[in-house]
Amino acid sequence: MSNDLHYKTLTELQALLSGGELSSVDLTQALITRKEAVDPQVRAFNSLNKEGALAQAEASDKRRAAGESLGQLDGIPVGLKDVISVKDRPLTCSSKMLENFVSPYDSTVSQKLKDAGAVLFGRLNMDEFAMGSSTENSAFNTTFNPWDLERVAGGSSGGSAAAVSAGSVPVSLGSDTGGSIRQPASFCGVVGMKPTYGRVSRFGLVAYASSLDQIGPFGRSIEDIATVLQIISGHDPKDSTSIEEEVPNYPGALESQKGPWKLGVPKEYFGEGLDSEVKASIQKAIDWYSDQGCEIHEISMPNMDLAVAVYYIIATAEASSNLARFDGVRYTHRSKDVENAIDLYFKSRAEGFGEEVKRRIILGTYVLSSGYYDAYYLRAQKVRTLIRQDFMKAYETVDALLTPTSPFVSFKAGEKNEDPLQMYLSDIYTISANLAGIPGISLPCGQNSQGLPVGLQILGKPFGESGLLAIANGYEQAHDHSNQHPTL
Amino acid sequence: MSDKESVDIDYVANLARIELTDEERELFSSQLGSILKYFEQLNKVDVSGVEPMAHAFQVENVLREDVAVEGFDPDTAVQHAAAKRNQMVQVPKVIDG
Repeated sequence: MSNDLHYKTLTELQALLSGGELSSVDLTQALITRKEAVDPQVRAFNSLNKEGALAQAEASDKRRAAGESLGQLDGIPVGLKDVISVKDRPLTCSSKMLENFVSPYDSTVSQKLKDAGAVLFGRLNMDEFAMGSSTENSAFNTTFNPWDLERVAGGSSGGSAAAVSAGSVPVSLGSDTGGSIRQPASFCGVVGMKPTYGRVSRFGLVAYASSLDQIGPFGRSIEDIATVLQIISGHDPKDSTSIEEEVPNYPGALESQKGPWKLGVPKEYFGEGLDSEVKASIQKAIDWYSDQGCEIHEISMPNMDLAVAVYYIIATAEASSNLARFDGVRYTHRSKDVENAIDLYFKSRAEGFGEEVKRRIILGTYVLSSGYYDAYYLRAQKVRTLIRQDFMKAYETVDALLTPTSPFVSFKAGEKNEDPLQMYLSDIYTISANLAGIPGISLPCGQNSQGLPVGLQILGKPFGESGLLAIANGYEQAHDHSNQHPTL
Repeated sequence: MSDKESVDIDYVANLARIELTDEERELFSSQLGSILKYFEQLNKVDVSGVEPMAHAFQVENVLREDVAVEGFDPDTAVQHAAAKRNQMVQVPKVIDG
């Protein structure tokens, strides 16, 4: 039966574990075998600690046998994007800068997963320092899309999405700064959620743009996403931007929160640049909600078109400051070809960072530099306020917004990486949620004529994850899209 | 900002402490030029009276009691330094004389 295990959901696997039909060791071994079979093509993993994973699985089986199981995640393998610290494990950020770095402490989310008995299963590939939309900016490998191995998995959490899509793990964690969970989830035909800013602690997440970064789950069903979100959420004294807001029962909300809902369709998300087949799939999903008795409101988000410009000013400005810590002195790559202390910075950073990271640091440094601060950074922060106001105004009328996750399906590797601006525009529908701090989810809503997955994005109110999950769950339960898997 | 056609890439790279190759200098100059041109759309927006937003939610200082807590031992703290001596990070000489 081990052949069947790799596309079961977390909830199905937990039922098998609780029923005594499966051990965590057998499950972990089956997924190691699966990973070894498919990952040479997909390349979702940066590393996998087999002995460590099996030891955690064995500990879980012992707990279960003693009647001390820790709950829904106990014994379940979980993959982590290689930007989230796990004590005594590598943390590379897919960068040469941290190629040999081993984390001396646990992130809060890793600690929470460990406390819940999860088997921490491998480090997942990403765009270097989470900067990119295709995982082509990894210093180690490009992660390919399990649905078509010539195409990209999306990014920056491409490894986290592809590992779930390929059946190597049932669930994983990624981080989302401008769409880095939702866009790869959409490309790989899985569910991915960015929670409200401050919902999940960022302690131990290597910072890219601190005011936008948020950790969130990937999975093959809404229920699985709710289960993982429940465990990783909550205020953390170690993250001053995490928010003291009660964590509701997310899995329980799937049943208790029933529609019909008021749903907004922002017309700016359906204009020029949107692929016609993607548009048709999203329209079908909107029609389904309408058929269920939901009120569909066409609304306007007049500042949406400005989101990409605002994002690439704010995110690169914050990155130029955050990445100053990678200086060649304390724990990073250090150039050997150095004459003096200043030279050490210049050469270590030249050798350690890849092209996109350098480009963003340079851009961020420029927009913050003397004489340009007001024109770029300050103005972008003001337009960010206007973008947030657009959302808050919409939420006076509607419960959530329905949009495409990405203007197109997964593209071919190499197709967009010559022109950074074209690549940046692939995040046009996801970016504003990060600027506004609101939660968003991407779930599969069909395939185009080439059999490539399309993602439906649902954007919710701040701390409205329960409603968002319930809205998504209604659609998922009535469709078969989440049960579609690539052939590998 | 619209009168600024090209970026003084050497000035910015110096601020960012990154040594660029000639190839990178040329590539980034032209790419940043078009990205900055794209940013010009923000000039059309009337932002008078709009408050700038640094975080999605109000952020306040979080303080804790001033008591000692467990930290890394010195060996762990310097374990990844490329050069170290006596639990200290070693760097090239900073001050002459």
